[in-house]
Amino acid sequence: MDITLQHYLAVGAILFTIGVFGIFVNRKNVIIILMSVELILLAVNINFVAFSAYLNDVQGQIMAMFVLTVAAAEAAIGLAILVTFFRNRGDIAVDDASVMKG
Amino acid sequence: MLQGIAFYLLATVAVLGGLMVVTAKNPVHSVLWLILAFFSSAGLFVLLGAEFLAMLLVVVYVGAVAVLFLFVVMMLDVDFVRLREGYARYLPLAAIVAGILLVEMIVISFAVVSGGAAADASGPVAAAADMSNVEAIGRVLYTDYVYIFQASGIVLLIAMIGAIVLTLRHKPGIKRQNIARQVGRDAKKAMEVKSVTTGAGVTPEDLV
Repeated sequence: MDITLQHYLAVGAILFTIGVFGIFVNRKNVIIILMSVELILLAVNINFVAFSAYLNDVQGQIMAMFVLTVAAAEAAIGLAILVTFFRNRGDIAVDDASVMKG
Repeated sequence: MLQGIAFYLLATVAVLGGLMVVTAKNPVHSVLWLILAFFSSAGLFVLLGAEFLAMLLVVVYVGAVAVLFLFVVMMLDVDFVRLREGYARYLPLAAIVAGILLVEMIVISFAVVSGGAAADASGPVAAAADMSNVEAIGRVLYTDYVYIFQASGIVLLIAMIGAIVLTLRHKPGIKRQNIARQVGRDAKKAMEVKSVTTGAGVTPEDLV
């Protein structure tokens, strides 16, 4: 059982796909959508770190750190918008939020 | 051998956790599954020799982001059953798109790995004996990537300010400190000398 780079890339691909799948099936629940985006970013991080380890180049891990930073900022802002949205409408169904539709 | 067992265990748990995140009925359970997925991924990072990033993942995701999600899910009084409407309707399309995407990505990543520098890599390269993972990251992060490092700090600062601005509510009728008034106060405005007749005493009305 030799674990190769392909194994890690497959895990990353599966997690990414699960994230996309989650966005598709939970179109109304914006909390799950945000969590799916986190899953997608995690998949990207796994790919970065796997390549970094197998190519002996630490830059991949640094890039993963920046992805982590952006993901944390995105989660904070997204949840803040969600709370404001809930206060204004009393609900978080995003498909109703079409007031700004052109 | 042991590495293989660890990899398959962690990868399976991570993928299962991810699947449960998007299929769980209760969003609170979703967050808990998300924590499990992140934790297993941190284990995968340790297997790859990226200990610092693994700890960062646990601290940032499990410690901060997931707890933030948990707070918001529990704070909002939402009818989550209604939000699941259309789940079955979108399921076939989502499964098809996800299946195609998965096949594409696996084919592409295997094709990439079959050539180039990645083809020669036989296993995770062990860290140099004289340098830990943290030291290796620090040496590159604070030299080549110092400006991007600073920029990511600004991103976090702006995210913090944005979150505060978005959620802060000014309630009317709250007593607040007015520093200008406080500083502008002097003895002339603050004090008044009353002449009181001897033996008459002072009533509260006199003090107003």
